[in-house]
Amino acid sequence: MTPAAGKDALREFYGNLKSAPGRLLETAFRTGPPATDRSRSTFVFGNVFLHLHAVRTHLWSLRWTTTLGLGIMSISAFLIALVTGVMLMFYYKPYPDAAYESMKDIAFVVPTGRLIRNLHRWSANLMVVAVILHMARAFYTAAYRKPREYNWLIGIGLLVVTLGLSFTGYLLPWDQLAYWAITIGANIAQSPREVTDALGITEYFDPGGLQRLLLLGSDEVGAEALIRFYLLHVMILPLVIAMLLAVHFWRIRKDGGLARPADADERLAGLRREETYPVFTEAPAKTYHLAAIIRGRTEHVGRGPENTVPSMPHLFYAELGVLMLTFFACMALSLVSDAPLKELANPNVPENPAKAPWYFLGLQELVSYSAFMGGIAIPAIVLLGLALIPYLDRETEGTGRWFGGPGGWPLVRFSALFGVCVPVLIEAFAIRFGWLREWFPDIPQLVVTAINPATIITAAYALFSLWSIRRFQSTRAGALALFTCFLGGFLVLTVIGTYFRGPNWVFYWSPADWPQH
Amino acid sequence: MTTTPKAGRSRLDPEPVPRRDWLGLSSLAAMGSALLFGLIGMLKLPKAAVLASPSKKFRVALPETLPPGEPFVPPGRAVAIFRDGEGVYAVSTICTHLGCVVKSVPEGFECPCHGSRFARDGEVTKGPAPRALPWFKVGLAGGLVTIDEGTVVPSGTKVAG
Ligand code: HEM
Ligand code: FES
Repeated sequence: MTPAAGKDALREFYGNLKSAPGRLLETAFRTGPPATDRSRSTFVFGNVFLHLHAVRTHLWSLRWTTTLGLGIMSISAFLIALVTGVMLMFYYKPYPDAAYESMKDIAFVVPTGRLIRNLHRWSANLMVVAVILHMARAFYTAAYRKPREYNWLIGIGLLVVTLGLSFTGYLLPWDQLAYWAITIGANIAQSPREVTDALGITEYFDPGGLQRLLLLGSDEVGAEALIRFYLLHVMILPLVIAMLLAVHFWRIRKDGGLARPADADERLAGLRREETYPVFTEAPAKTYHLAAIIRGRTEHVGRGPENTVPSMPHLFYAELGVLMLTFFACMALSLVSDAPLKELANPNVPENPAKAPWYFLGLQELVSYSAFMGGIAIPAIVLLGLALIPYLDRETEGTGRWFGGPGGWPLVRFSALFGVCVPVLIEAFAIRFGWLREWFPDIPQLVVTAINPATIITAAYALFSLWSIRRFQSTRAGALALFTCFLGGFLVLTVIGTYFRGPNWVFYWSPADWPQH
Repeated sequence: MTTTPKAGRSRLDPEPVPRRDWLGLSSLAAMGSALLFGLIGMLKLPKAAVLASPSKKFRVALPETLPPGEPFVPPGRAVAIFRDGEGVYAVSTICTHLGCVVKSVPEGFECPCHGSRFARDGEVTKGPAPRALPWFKVGLAGGLVTIDEGTVVPSGTKVAG
């Protein structure tokens, strides 16, 4: 066969080889650089990862006071923990004593091991802070309302899983701190016995014992418990959080983007930027068949794309900025402060004081009055209360505005004062004068379980928010009062548990006063 | 929407699935119950038939010089053993609050975790612990004491030997 006239396959091959890198890019990003509105749009919806975002983003969502970047900061911290966690898994061995040795190896033998561990620890802590603040942001801007109720619920799920991830990770180093924190945690799971014992029915009905057994896989914190916590930490909870996150993000889009005030467009009128020209300048060339089979209205129908800008680059650059800031913060903290590692776990000598991770110290403070109330009943009530917020407050006034709704900022200020003062006063009283058992040594346990600082604080908060509902004739006011009290109580109890409790859980003004032993 | 059901059906508004499709329904029910029972069976997985716990029984020799009413804690065990005029008895040193190991002090026992205090006989004197420290079954054999941490006996049960 003779080659076709004028064609040189070999030359073509060389040409193809030379242009391969360029072609690679072209085939990956089919529509060229995101320079025009059209190519910016395809950049978003043509990409499997980016298309969780809408193609255009409302200017209100981009104001930094709308979100404070807290949601993105949560996911950024999660991603950092994910990557560093996988790195740690190369060296970590989930077996008692070997686990501790591998933590030592990571700290002293593995190149950059200590930094990776620090990054993991700090990003996990930062994630907890960011998630709590993000929840507060969503609450105070009243973003949980229709149609976002369900996403708020998903958020509560995310909060629980985030705390679960931190707690299961806390055991893995198998040092004294870890061992005793988990011993306490597992016994909190068993604490329904406080009630069943007092009623004398533990023999027939023992949910507490079952919970502890499922968690530990044995009667004590040992190899079985470690492998369970490990599995939860590296496999089950990450999968659960990934699924919840997918739903969370999907719902943000389907709920019509972020919540914004009804008058957002008027308020933005003054700030209108040149990018926000009318988008649909011609009649659309296509009608949407898919849209036709959906009953009712989706959140987008009837809203023009006015006051929106292309997500690429406006939203993505902001998100990248938050990611970099989060990473920078984790790195800075990791360089100046090492993750702790105490002595090898010793089941015979408790760490004194034995403290859980800081975000659980508020609970530990309550637990020091009643294990069941502080460890199970009140956390359950708090979670239930948080979950019900969007179903109990269905008003519309103030959506999308900070501290929006009846009562507003003055009510929040007053609730913060109330929320802080009540636990401070009750704690001061209990620390100074003791509690029921010190006065009446023979008092039945059920009375102590029912009446203790933990239940009194909770009842005070509940009454205060009922009063707020009446005073302002508004369910939103009640929610504002309750949530603010909850944050105040969390803060006070955490600070007391962290800074003012020493050996034997005795109150000390400062760790410098702790007895030496 | 303002469409009335009688007005000619649109092709976007298809006929609802017939409810009396009993074959479909019964296979659905069969699948559901199979799944349910499978799940219930699998729920047993996390609870092993034999728990990986160390033996609850052990034997020790009490020191000759143990003063009456003073605790002896064998190394590596969470039990305080006493001997007095009435006999030998063993009190758990695991706090009934949240499982820390209590320390023996002159007045009895003290828990480092949340400050529960117990008298020498295990009764709660202070703090959040909901129950007294349990007493364990004690046996005397030769010069040795056998303790069974798996068997709780009523407080005050002393074994004379
Ligand atoms: C792992 C934890 C979480 C991650 C990574 C996350 C991420 C995000 C992100 C990126 C957004 C977009 C807006 C923003 O950045 O603020 C968002 C919105 C939202 N999140 Fe979360 N979130 C988490 C947990 C929570 C929790 C604990 C709650 C509340 C209980 C919550 C409730 C909401 C609500 C209601 C919205 C919609 C806000 C609006 O429309 O203005 N999320 N979340
Ligand atoms: S574990 Fe002993 S007081 Fe809490």
